[in-house]
Amino acid sequence: MAKWWDERLPLPRMMHDQFIDFPTPRNLNYLWTFGGILTFCLVAQIVTGIVLAMHYQPSAAEAFNSLDHIRRDVNYGWLIQAMHAVGASMFFIAVYIHIFRGLYYGSYRAPREILWILGVFIFLAMMATAFMGYALPWGQMSFWGVTVITNLFSSLDQVIPGLGTAIVQWLWGGYSVSGTTLNRFFSLHYLLPFVIFGLVILHIWALHVAGQNNPTGIEIKTKSDSLPMYPYAVAKDAVGLFAFVILFAWFVLFLPDYLGHPDNFTEANPLVTPPHIVPEWYFLPFYAILRAIPDKLGGVIAMFASIAILAFIPWLDRSPVRSAKYRPIYKWFFWLFLISCLALGYLGSKPAEGVYVFWARIFTLYYFAHFLIVMPIVSSIETPTKTPRSITEAVLGEDEAAGAGAGVPAGAAAAPEHR
Amino acid sequence: MTADVEDPNRRDVLVVAASAFAAVGTASLIWPFVDQMNPDAGAQALASTEIDISPVAEGQAITVMWRGKPVFIRHRTAEEIEAAKKTPVSDLADPIDRNDNNPGQPATDENRTIAGHEQWLVMVGICTHLGCIPKGQALSDSKGDYGGWFCPCHGSHYDTAGRIRKGPAPRNLQIPPYTFLSDTKIRIG
Ligand code: HEM
Ligand code: FES
Repeated sequence: MAKWWDERLPLPRMMHDQFIDFPTPRNLNYLWTFGGILTFCLVAQIVTGIVLAMHYQPSAAEAFNSLDHIRRDVNYGWLIQAMHAVGASMFFIAVYIHIFRGLYYGSYRAPREILWILGVFIFLAMMATAFMGYALPWGQMSFWGVTVITNLFSSLDQVIPGLGTAIVQWLWGGYSVSGTTLNRFFSLHYLLPFVIFGLVILHIWALHVAGQNNPTGIEIKTKSDSLPMYPYAVAKDAVGLFAFVILFAWFVLFLPDYLGHPDNFTEANPLVTPPHIVPEWYFLPFYAILRAIPDKLGGVIAMFASIAILAFIPWLDRSPVRSAKYRPIYKWFFWLFLISCLALGYLGSKPAEGVYVFWARIFTLYYFAHFLIVMPIVSSIETPTKTPRSITEAVLGEDEAAGAGAGVPAGAAAAPEHR
Repeated sequence: MTADVEDPNRRDVLVVAASAFAAVGTASLIWPFVDQMNPDAGAQALASTEIDISPVAEGQAITVMWRGKPVFIRHRTAEEIEAAKKTPVSDLADPIDRNDNNPGQPATDENRTIAGHEQWLVMVGICTHLGCIPKGQALSDSKGDYGGWFCPCHGSHYDTAGRIRKGPAPRNLQIPPYTFLSDTKIRIG
């Protein structure tokens, strides 16, 4: 049967080679399970989203009530709605871990630049999807979040008068955010996850061309450095996914609205602005950067630049080794960067005044300095500590590795027996 | 066939002409797909609205909707007008009047109102920073440091002529096109 298919469309062959026999480094840790977890999240969002769309009304008059209807009347609507709303947050938790994993272990370095840049595009598409999805419940935060964020484009009026206003009205389909805006956001919110799906396929394709990075940052050299994906990596992925699903279920069942904002339980009112507008938690660091810059256009540029800059880091980091594990100086800057991002997230949730603005400026400065100054300079001057000669050596130690035939292709053929 | 070999450029002309034709055709189809997103005829039809302002007593304000946006109509007190008139244009963050009836003039109080109706200030009630609705319409609202309006989103203060005095907003509150149909009736748009 598989043979019959393979002669016509070699799909079973490809799946077997890419997801069963595929060589994975034998030293992957649990941070490598987040790619699979993200794939799960994407599928979960698509499945729950399609169900919600069957009951949701994308109009200014009905949207808010139809959400109530889903949560109260539709059979298991409460469950599916909570899965989708909580799922968005879970997706971002996973993607942030996934990105920081890549940053720490140098997974963005050659030959994985395209893989990394596809990741940045996926991240952007995720942000756009989440932003438009948050508009759909048509509560006060939905409405005013959309108003404030779409108004960012009006700062282009500072470049060409009238350009910003024209773009904003084009996005709105009117002279203010309205049901028309809601309608088109719904259409795009349905579309974008499938665009992400396509990008993820390219992402995984690029991954399978370059091969996976691993905690040592050194490539697979001999057969004993790798294990077939099935059952080894798959089993590990399953354990990671299981733990993640427990956390996910905890939120869905016990704290379904914890990550949301109470103002969104009030229907959108174009005449009253809530006193303190905040985006969803996963946008807070970028919101803090936006508000840290005193100039309207400058803030918008800084916010977009903070994401765009990620696409350039494969060329900003010039260290001879990939993994921060072997980089005694850079390692500390990595943690400083992580702390800056968390601090920016906290500051983004605070009103833009006084000390909050001061610290937001300091951490914004470090955010950019990390990539533009620290990365190129530290990577040029630091002497990495000694890396193991092979992945096998990193796992088994030098003697055993010699036994396993690391670095000796002839011995490598016999390696499987040693495992 | 022989003709092609002797005069190969004849084919180039066909290829270029056909490609140009296809490119122009495709390009001209892009615009409808872009323009369909712009405000439609229905949204534009709501472009004008008439309001009876006789019930608004001195010191009070009302908010009406125009093109889906709130419009502030304030019946200013003598002191408020006085305060606005006294402020020199050189003190203003945005020295342009932002008045659709009278564009590009200095932002004096005279240029932001209609002669003979100075007590009436009519403005789009949308903060020029990121689009929140400033406070200051209700009597109990905070009116900011300059007695006009205060936007709580990122802290912009507007004076009694709706001009930006402090905070991140770049421009004075916009004055929509409007006319007095009578002493107690205005048409916006
Ligand atoms: C929808 C979102 C995403 C999905 C479903 C996804 C999926 C995956 C999968 C299945 C893997 C292989 C397993 C692993 O190494 O963890 C992977 C690897 C990778 N991803 Fe993603 N990804 C997503 C977003 C991103 C983003 C936003 C970035 C970076 C900005 C990124 C960067 C990478 C890199 C660099 C690798 C290779 C890691 C390595 O081999 O060490 N991914 N991704
Ligand atoms: S929107 Fe009014 S101050 Fe930002």
